[in-house]
Amino acid sequence: MSAASTTTQAVGRSLWADARVRLLRNRAAMASLIFLGLMTIACLIGPYVTGHAFDRVYSDYVKVEASLAAHPAPEAIGPALDRVAARLRAKVDDFKVANDVATVTLIGIRPIDERSLALFERSDLFHAAKIVEKLDEGKKLVVSVPVERNYFFFGTDGNGRDLLTRTLIAGRVSLAIGLLATFVAITIGVTYGAVSGFFGGRVDVLMMRAVDVLYSLPFIFFVIMLVVFFGRNFVLMFLAVGAVEWLDMARIVRGQTLSLKRREFVQAAEVLGVPTSGILKRHIVPNTLGPVIVYTTLLVPRVILLESFLSFLGLGVQEPMTSWGVLISDGARNIQGATYMLVFPALFLTTTLFSLNFIGDGLRDALDPRDR
Amino acid sequence: MLSFIFRRFLTAIPTLFVVVTLSFFLMRVAPGGPFDLEQPLEAKIMENLQRAYGLDRPLVEQYLRYLGNLVQGDFGPSFFIRDFTVAEIFMKGLPVSMTLGAMAISIALVVGSLLGSLAGLRQNTGTDYAVVGLATAGVTIPPFVVAPILQIVFGLMLAWLPVGGWNNGAPQNLILPVIVLALPQIAIVGRMTRASMIEVLRADHIRTLRSLGMPTTTIVGHALRAALLPVVSYLGPAAAALLTGSVVVETIFGLPGIGRYFVEGALNRDYTLVMGTVVVVAIFVLFFNLVVDILYALLDPRVRYE
Repeated sequence: MSAASTTTQAVGRSLWADARVRLLRNRAAMASLIFLGLMTIACLIGPYVTGHAFDRVYSDYVKVEASLAAHPAPEAIGPALDRVAARLRAKVDDFKVANDVATVTLIGIRPIDERSLALFERSDLFHAAKIVEKLDEGKKLVVSVPVERNYFFFGTDGNGRDLLTRTLIAGRVSLAIGLLATFVAITIGVTYGAVSGFFGGRVDVLMMRAVDVLYSLPFIFFVIMLVVFFGRNFVLMFLAVGAVEWLDMARIVRGQTLSLKRREFVQAAEVLGVPTSGILKRHIVPNTLGPVIVYTTLLVPRVILLESFLSFLGLGVQEPMTSWGVLISDGARNIQGATYMLVFPALFLTTTLFSLNFIGDGLRDALDPRDR
Repeated sequence: MLSFIFRRFLTAIPTLFVVVTLSFFLMRVAPGGPFDLEQPLEAKIMENLQRAYGLDRPLVEQYLRYLGNLVQGDFGPSFFIRDFTVAEIFMKGLPVSMTLGAMAISIALVVGSLLGSLAGLRQNTGTDYAVVGLATAGVTIPPFVVAPILQIVFGLMLAWLPVGGWNNGAPQNLILPVIVLALPQIAIVGRMTRASMIEVLRADHIRTLRSLGMPTTTIVGHALRAALLPVVSYLGPAAAALLTGSVVVETIFGLPGIGRYFVEGALNRDYTLVMGTVVVVAIFVLFFNLVVDILYALLDPRVRYE
């Protein structure tokens, strides 16, 4: 030790550097961190890449099963052509599909109105039709109709909206609510707890008594009241959730502040003449931050769950906006006919919560000074 | 001990009072009223209804009257579920919710602490990872996903159990809802037991037992007693929440508990029903906090109440 320190300058390892090393060594936490990053990127960029708008309704594709194949399936083209032809007051005599272009021969009793060929384009399966040949005074038309290729990797919901896009958009909402509500909860909780713990005495008793009272108020009541008050607004939604979840935080920070005030290392720092700001920066803040960070990572999944619970009750975000909770409750209602409607959003939600939990556990292990 | 219980009981009364006051005025400040329907009622009818329920009086008078009735144990009539008093609704619903909740919490305590101590004793082995993984799954998969899946698998595909309904509390009707209620609690209890077990196993008194060559069962017995302390303090509020009913489980399984009334009541502005639920929940929370304190004294000899 002494030999080493005389030749080279001893490099101190700060609490944070130490924790980082240990976190990097935690494989589950690192994998979760990477996964969460990918999930966030997917939710942010994904909706632009899927080729569908999240609120675009494909009325011809209601509750399409999840698959990698393109829609429409080859065998679905015939019936779809028949449907359009029927609305044109004509019959499909014959059709061929080549290179995603259907060449259709239509026969009508009376001459077919060419303007109504727009009905092809209005269907979700075809693009605009072009007339190739006009026979029999317009009673027989040969048209070429390009087939519109659509992919619904996660299927579509009961209104015919692409579930992949909706799941990703929902992820944005859920993650945003999770982060923002947690931020609100942390801000209130840390301030409240620190003030209560710092002042101590009567102020502390009074402030903690208020927390006790709020604890015995059923939280659903609180949230419902807030939602009823402010209406179902996205911004106020997470404010409401955050306003409910700060209680634990306040207790944790208060306890930390109380015990830190009287710790030997704080006293030692005082004796050594470290200025108060230095003590706070170097000794008190890092020591409360550990539990705060850990609690934060565990609060985010709780908030996301709480939001999905509210959505399940029908108090969450409003259509056409969506969140994982909304999609899951929708899927739970359709579980018998369309299992995929539950599976994909539930998978996204649970994997995200899983990784958040692993990160929280990893952080706790990393920041726990007893484990050194 | 008795005087401690008595003192705690006395401090619970002001808390309860604040809770009642707070929620009474919160409820009233919220826009809308119990008789606001899609099509507005005729003014005269509305006036009569308001008078019949005493809603035309000043708010403070209504509050004092409610408080007076409450002290006498009268929760008042429900505004929305006509012909029923809130007390009658609770009389019917509370036993249902309490049965389910009590079963779920007992299962959670037994199974959770068992799995947790198993994982704690075999830290960083396959068993440990399996338990931690399961526990994380239990916390992260929301009950409204688990419930329909169980319904499909056991109710429809295997047809072993009824999909829902109460059926006068027949055992086969209880299984699925109790499982759904218990799973997240098992997970949380398991995680907590594991964490505190690991810590306790390193403590001095356990080391002493080990050095004396005590059998593993004795060591585990002593360790578990200390390790269960945080679990007990968690289970207090959790028990209060479970016994007063879960909205999700009661909605999905169509059970006549009181959990549902809470959301319905708040949405319908059924003032008395919501107030009643708030009071009941608060009483449960306060009661179980007291139980936790008493259990603490029994489990931890260092804790003394004089």
